[in-house]
Amino acid sequence: MTMQMPPADPAIIARREQLAAGLRAIVGQEWVVSEESERAPYQCDGITAYMAMPLLVVLPASADEIRRVLLFCKENGVKIVPRGSGTSLSGGALPVLDGIILGTARLCNIVEVDPLERIARVQPGARNITVSEAASPHGLCYMPDPSSQIISTIGGNVAENAGGVHCLKYGVTANHILGLEAVLMNGDILRLGGDYLGAAEGGLDLIGVLTGSEGLLAVITEITVRLVPKPEMARVLSMSFSSVDAACHCVGAIIGSGIIPAGLEFMDRKVLDAVAPLIQETFDSNTAALLICELDGSKAEVDALVQAVTAIANKEGAIEVRASNSDAERERIWRSRKLAFAAIGKLCRDYYCTDGTIPRNRLPDVLAKMAEFSKKYGLNYANCFHAGDGNLHPIIMYDSRIPGDLEKAEEFGADVLRTCVDVGGVLSGEHGIGVEKRDLMPHQFSAIDLEQQQTLRCAFDPTELLNPGKMFPTPCRCAEFGRMHVHNGQLRFPDVPRF
Amino acid sequence: MLSHIPQKLLANPDIALSGDIIGNCVHCGVCLSHCPTYTVIHNENDSPRGRIFLIKDMYETGGAPDAKTVEHLDRCLTCLACEAICPSGVEYSKLIGHAREYVEANYKRSPWQRTIRSTLEMLLPRPELFRLSLYAGKLGRPFRGLFSGTIRAMLDMVPKNPLPGKGKINRPGVYAAKGQRKKRVALLTGCVQNTLDPAINDATVRLLNRHGVDVVVARGAGCCGAPAEHMGDEDKALPYVKANINAWLREADSPEGLDAIVINASGCGTSVKAYGHALRNDPAWAAKAARVSALAKDITEFMTDIGLSKPVIETGQRVVYHSACSMQHGQRITVQPKALLKDAGFEVLDVPEGYLCCGSAGTYNLLQPEIANQLKDRKLKNLKSVHAQIAASGNIGCITQLADEAGIPFVHTVELLDWATGGPVPPSIKGNVS
Repeated sequence: MTMQMPPADPAIIARREQLAAGLRAIVGQEWVVSEESERAPYQCDGITAYMAMPLLVVLPASADEIRRVLLFCKENGVKIVPRGSGTSLSGGALPVLDGIILGTARLCNIVEVDPLERIARVQPGARNITVSEAASPHGLCYMPDPSSQIISTIGGNVAENAGGVHCLKYGVTANHILGLEAVLMNGDILRLGGDYLGAAEGGLDLIGVLTGSEGLLAVITEITVRLVPKPEMARVLSMSFSSVDAACHCVGAIIGSGIIPAGLEFMDRKVLDAVAPLIQETFDSNTAALLICELDGSKAEVDALVQAVTAIANKEGAIEVRASNSDAERERIWRSRKLAFAAIGKLCRDYYCTDGTIPRNRLPDVLAKMAEFSKKYGLNYANCFHAGDGNLHPIIMYDSRIPGDLEKAEEFGADVLRTCVDVGGVLSGEHGIGVEKRDLMPHQFSAIDLEQQQTLRCAFDPTELLNPGKMFPTPCRCAEFGRMHVHNGQLRFPDVPRF
Repeated sequence: MLSHIPQKLLANPDIALSGDIIGNCVHCGVCLSHCPTYTVIHNENDSPRGRIFLIKDMYETGGAPDAKTVEHLDRCLTCLACEAICPSGVEYSKLIGHAREYVEANYKRSPWQRTIRSTLEMLLPRPELFRLSLYAGKLGRPFRGLFSGTIRAMLDMVPKNPLPGKGKINRPGVYAAKGQRKKRVALLTGCVQNTLDPAINDATVRLLNRHGVDVVVARGAGCCGAPAEHMGDEDKALPYVKANINAWLREADSPEGLDAIVINASGCGTSVKAYGHALRNDPAWAAKAARVSALAKDITEFMTDIGLSKPVIETGQRVVYHSACSMQHGQRITVQPKALLKDAGFEVLDVPEGYLCCGSAGTYNLLQPEIANQLKDRKLKNLKSVHAQIAASGNIGCITQLADEAGIPFVHTVELLDWATGGPVPPSIKGNVS
């Protein structure tokens, strides 16, 4: 599958060895990967359907090296694709043929944990889970927990504004970033916020601009994150329903009652059947959907919430409600959810998972639509998603060996995403736009919206060398037009005199 | 991941299987988190996901692999931490094993590399030769500063202390159970282990005999074949494998039979448990090999099954348990050794970052000394951080790699179990632990 990307410059590709020499002078001999066989494993990230051979792979060890690499690339007109652990599910780290991969894997230290300020300063290549591990002796943790947390990097999490099971109660990555250090394309080092809560108050929310910017604005070189006390305890409810509709209504009823669970997950029958052999558990044959609800806090609080949610579930017609009475039991219930995607992987040759988010009350409508699309494309699918925040992850099954199957799966996914937008939702909950949802952006945003976003991008990177071809379906061409608004190739108000 | 391996290569069943295994990988990257080489090098090419990609390209291209591909495949420790953590069940061990066979068949190594590898393949499985080479090594050790690379690593590995005498368990025979016989097992006495630390086999036999188990050292059984297999040389490994199968099945089919084949070096255990896979396409051997693999048990699995008797001495020492990769990832034995040590009265501590390899990995510390030493230093730092009195492990390779610099006695798990249930104080603990 080839994704339309900005045209590659053959002159740059022809200079590969010369450029490699220049970059080696900055980062050292062994940290520029130039042999074709060694560049090949960097051809894709978490989506293997899209691949491209990077020009070179550069692995710097410090913020200063990153700064010098960016300046070198600017001077030589070389594009840059930043990459953490390469786990993006939207193709955020898909290489371009005439650009380098700038890997942050060597910048993986936890620089500082300050338990009194409840912050940690970390390098961009630090794995998400290592932050919580470092904070754990102080009774603290870093809350955002994408499923990939064992390997995905904090730098990547910031770039994609990653979510996770617990973001329903605790917020997404953006809610946990107190300070950022980033390098701009012109070599300037930008320091935003600082090492305490509130350090970023007072100015424009530029941390908010960089969080979720998918590597298009700057390369993040250090992050200060907020740490929070580990919840005293947690219990999990497993609630089964005889229809998808009933389960969806129960989601609305729980949130509507004012309870914010630590996590609220949905799994349909296909997922349960796939998971059952892995966890050696059987599910009631009448179960069409299962909700998993985690409640955390102090013991009194959790016990009261377990009672309240159980009562709601029963009122909404649950067939069975089970509550965990020990951490081991809680782990067991969660295992089904955590193994879901791997289990589906065993059912089919390939699957494609997308990431639209909708208002919770539209869940039944959108799930019904999915069944229609499945018939239309003749592809099987399963549902396993973050119900509490309406973040859908339909799993569309296909076989990459059958020509045209991937394209059908992509069209299926696109139909789902368009439906999400049509009911008032958005294209992405946590995976980002990348290349995967790029061409659907005009469905969510008007031309003016996109133009404004592009203008913001140009304010940070007028060279457009940072992660080109991602997020926006068209280049912004701000360099050619001197940072003025261009729409359909036309300047706005062309008759107005300009400086 | 989709692969396009040419039909010609797919005719080879090992490569066809590899294509299927590659198809199971969804490129999620979870394996990178537990990969020791990725942890110290940070290059995708030195991660399991990167190597799967390299292997895919190697088969797709066909012919001789390039030097870089071989370099990155060589750097893999085969610790299998990746396979243990993979959510999609990718059987990396089979993939890398067959890839190594392909490399050895299609890639011409430098004369120097060939010499080193064939020397190791020759020495390690032969206790007498290995013993002689250790004496030679002792003579050479003072001059080790003059060498680098593998030679230096070999000289560094030669024990500083005088070589132990030959142990008691050095010839075929039956070591009879004390009291009423409950079980009868064969013991793989190992090749390297019996030379470097014969006390381990002595303790194993005492422990088993005390628990009513007859121990047979089968005539004709020897090295498990792992040293050659690790280097991708299946042809050299298979004669050892077949000799063992014959020796053990002769015992199993005798009137007295065998309840298990007990192995007290987890590296060897992983190999024996894979005999069934190694010979699956050989009609004359497939069933026999599968039978042997099914009988193979680590000593701690076997002791868990029969139950450990009550400790007879006052224990309670703080023991840090180092789980060998071949134990925790290769054989997925994680709880039994620690539970037995607790049953024996010890306080058991885990090593932080316990999933990371110590760098020993069969012949790896000799072939890749630079990476092995980084991993060794990291392991020692983690090991020391828990302030234990004794360190224990179930694999001679790790013990050799770490014992000299651990700062505390480093013993095999069975030596502690034997001691606690009535055996002598392990030699390395005598006088060192109050």
